[in-house]
Amino acid sequence: MSNRIYMDNHATTPMDQRVLDAMLPYFTEKYGNSGSRNHAFGWEAEAGVDQARERIAKLINAKPKEIIFTSGATESDNIALKSVVEFYREKGNHIITATTEHKAILDVCKSLERKGLAEVTYLPVDKQGLIDLDQLRAAITDKTILISIMHANNEIGVIQPIHEIGKIAKEKGVLFHSDATQGVGKVPVDVEAMGIDLMSFSGHKMYGPKGIGGLYVRARNPRVRLSPMIEGGGQERGMRSGTLNVPGIVGLGRACELAGEEMQEESARLLRLRERLRKALMDDLGDTYLNGHPTERLPGNLNISFEFVEGESLLMGLKDIAVSSGSACTSATLEPSYVLKALGVGDELAHTSIRFGLGRFNTEEEVDRVAERVVSEVTRLREMSPLYEMAKEGIDLKSYNWARD
Amino acid sequence: MAYSDKVIDHYENPRNVGSFDKEEQDVGTGIVGAPECGDVMKLQLKITDAGVIEDARFKTFGCGSAIASSSYVTELVKGRKVEEAYAIKNTQIVEDLNLPPVKIHCSVLAEDAIKAAVSDWRKRKGLDDEDQDKKVG
Repeated sequence: MSNRIYMDNHATTPMDQRVLDAMLPYFTEKYGNSGSRNHAFGWEAEAGVDQARERIAKLINAKPKEIIFTSGATESDNIALKSVVEFYREKGNHIITATTEHKAILDVCKSLERKGLAEVTYLPVDKQGLIDLDQLRAAITDKTILISIMHANNEIGVIQPIHEIGKIAKEKGVLFHSDATQGVGKVPVDVEAMGIDLMSFSGHKMYGPKGIGGLYVRARNPRVRLSPMIEGGGQERGMRSGTLNVPGIVGLGRACELAGEEMQEESARLLRLRERLRKALMDDLGDTYLNGHPTERLPGNLNISFEFVEGESLLMGLKDIAVSSGSACTSATLEPSYVLKALGVGDELAHTSIRFGLGRFNTEEEVDRVAERVVSEVTRLREMSPLYEMAKEGIDLKSYNWARD
Repeated sequence: MAYSDKVIDHYENPRNVGSFDKEEQDVGTGIVGAPECGDVMKLQLKITDAGVIEDARFKTFGCGSAIASSSYVTELVKGRKVEEAYAIKNTQIVEDLNLPPVKIHCSVLAEDAIKAAVSDWRKRKGLDDEDQDKKVG
């Protein structure tokens, strides 16, 4: 088991020991309810929450009171979209998003459309995964109440032009939400400079605990109003009731603090490792394709299609290495990655894609071992692949008459 | 998803990987599936004049279960009469390899590959494919 390598840091990250250390006292010693205003147990817990809120706010250049705690980014996305639609329904019902968003955005949009509560424009992306700002501008109508465009994509790591989107949203007086789950803590995110009004993030994507996340809700210029989705004790200024997950919040706060302190060094190191892996794989193996923008992407993200080799079979060959694939066989829907499809990557190449997610605890030695194993497995599987054989014989796989089901 | 030991064994040590010359008279070649569906199987059978499968080769683009299904099928058909091989049902592959429901299509593809390879051989031999279906049907 000690030989295992974890390189799937977009799915989740291991928790940093320093985060755990910060959390532990809040389970067994400082276990008070932060809402208890009349005794020391409550005050201790509240102090922990306040400190966490400050740390989080500092990382994203927000004010502490603009942070609402949730169970994670999926909940934050749900609140952002559904609450805005409900609260601003007299102003309009139009949402603009993009085809490469996470399902936590797309499925909420589809559900709002089905219920007749919103009309949604899904902006396409270019071959590298970026939206077109002119298309965004053109899509805005007097009914548009929200633009929801993710910061960094979870599959291909592509970072959208958030500053420019924020500027357009301000110009047009439309609220701007960004699902920044993959980006917060990895690269600089500044809600003021970027003109973000609402932003989702999550603890377990940045070496913090699972089950805790947050929603940034702008308090001024403009003040964003939300209709609560979960009602009860009135916590989080009434926007999200429920006893606060104090240890989780403390952990998220510490994770943000560490990210802020170490981001510059860490992102440079990850970028160097990512490029080392990319070169090792793409230089040694022919017929490989980088998915997503070459530079406008998270430092730890690498997504490559290995032509002629189906992704799941490759994962199976890398059994002690955790990476993921855009192949249909690894998805719940049995469809290949919709994100790659949105980039115009054909299904035949989407089936061969592998996502490498490098993180804080990956070493250069691990990168070299992964590169070596992938090169060896791809070579083995290509020798077994009829497509590879046909391509070598000069058969055009695209025009070949396949016996389809 | 956890794979059965048999699937892992066939994936890690695939039997009869390779190709025969598809122009040979005694070789039947079946290529089924499509790259955009994520599975392509090529199965080749070397068949004696007496209609006995004396050897088999495969190459597969697909998930581990697809590779295992095709590897397993090469073992299954060797030494069998063409009619017997043609009658192999995907359900047998599912049972023998303990494939989960989500992987049943891999076994269907393997069954189709046998049928396609046999049909190709019959065509080369100038035999009528219709008869074959009647015989097994």
